[in-house]
Amino acid sequence: MSLRGAIAIVGAAESTDLGKIPDKSALELHVDAALNALADCGLTPADIDGVASAGELPNDVADYLGIVPEYLDGTNVGGSSYMLHVRHAMAAISAGLCETVLVTHGESGRSRIGMTPWAPAPQSLMAQLEVPHGPVGAPSLFPIGVRRYMAQYGMTREQLALVPVVQRQWAAMNPRAKLRDPITVEDVFASPVIADPVHLLHCCLVTDGGGALVLTSAERARSLDLPNPPVYVLGAGESSESSVVSGLESLTSSRAIRLGGERALAQSGVAHADVDHLMIYDAFAHVPIYGLEDLGFVGRGEAPAFIEDGHTAPGGSLPMNTNGGGLSYTHTGMYGMFAIQESVRQVRGTAPAQVDGVDISVCTGVGGMFMSSGTLVLGSAATL
Amino acid sequence: MKPVPLATPDTQAWLDRIDAGELTVPRCTACASFFLYPRSSCPRCGARTVELVPAAGTGVLLSFVVNHRAPAGFEAPYALGVVALAEGPHLTGVVRTDRPELLEVDAPVRVAFEERGERRVVCFDLEEATA
Repeated sequence: MSLRGAIAIVGAAESTDLGKIPDKSALELHVDAALNALADCGLTPADIDGVASAGELPNDVADYLGIVPEYLDGTNVGGSSYMLHVRHAMAAISAGLCETVLVTHGESGRSRIGMTPWAPAPQSLMAQLEVPHGPVGAPSLFPIGVRRYMAQYGMTREQLALVPVVQRQWAAMNPRAKLRDPITVEDVFASPVIADPVHLLHCCLVTDGGGALVLTSAERARSLDLPNPPVYVLGAGESSESSVVSGLESLTSSRAIRLGGERALAQSGVAHADVDHLMIYDAFAHVPIYGLEDLGFVGRGEAPAFIEDGHTAPGGSLPMNTNGGGLSYTHTGMYGMFAIQESVRQVRGTAPAQVDGVDISVCTGVGGMFMSSGTLVLGSAATL
Repeated sequence: MKPVPLATPDTQAWLDRIDAGELTVPRCTACASFFLYPRSSCPRCGARTVELVPAAGTGVLLSFVVNHRAPAGFEAPYALGVVALAEGPHLTGVVRTDRPELLEVDAPVRVAFEERGERRVVCFDLEEATA
């Protein structure tokens, strides 16, 4: 049984505010986004029978909203968790385990209201294998393979700097983006060095915010009086590997992105050339470069030139990270939800930096430092 | 004070050998594959029989960053890298050099140890510097 197009995203919304929100806890940000997503599709908490979330527990989100769930998914594999929630909901709804699933994200990444203080557990693999060697958190460890990539494929520092430069071009068109002033390659080089070759402007933001999705069967979506067109899940895939960078199969490619992407594209039946719009989780500038190659949009080592040639920029052949991304739009900690939100807006035709004629959007999340990945292929009614 | 690893039962023996100044690499006695991080069963075949084999002590620097910010106890700049050991598995560690900006990927390195009180932590020296 193919699940292609079996379920639809009928409601999608972010928290009312983004950026610095000192008057809301992380759990409240889940709830604020959830209520906005329910309003977006004209449903109420009473219409929801399944809840999925990461960061906060789905039972707490359900209880706060007065939902009595018959399906709970607390999958938490970092920033890609929400892609996995959608994939699991596709299976659960199609199997009749539940009818309408609410997926929520909320994180007080900047203000740290109601958040558990972040630190690796003292006996975690990261604390045993990495922390004793003095990493400065993710900015040291996530991009650790970049120099090998540069040596292997000849990527220049200028090309790496073009990732935030191009994404800022998108952010400039988005009033909700945190950083909107245009930047140049020189600006990236002039920003403080964090973990060479990584400068501050190669790193994502740290913000407060939330996002939520309402999913139901394509059949039920047709019976609802929806204010916005449903966005159909044409394909989904997920995978994972080591949570320590020394355990990864490769330092110049992500196996998890590759396997999740292959699965999602195969299920959707969509060819790369038919993809109108792309989101790739950009915690750091190299991640979209790896992602473009691991998803198969370009060959090995070709992503830097692809970006340099303007293909992912406004007016390009494959608009990517059109909200400005984690680098310029927002990054609460587990950004994957915001990538999905932008894909939904682009397919609906309601994005601030709207690309003409988006029927198919591919959206890839990454968790940890390539420890997990999930990819969704989303489509308009015309793609069914 | 720089942090030291807090062992779990499945890493204790490996960390004890490091504290004694010896790097070992876990190997499955059933399928003979080497692996890291240390664990109590083989990630290739699932066998629960694992032995710790003394490492040759050589490797190749796969990739690295040069930290310009440092956690407490560390003094920037310093190179943090991932090394492919001669046995195959990879380890993260500091590459000790006065000129981290001159490091290159694929540089041959040798396993060394940094003393931290009663404990030791694995680090790497450039092969030519120790020759």
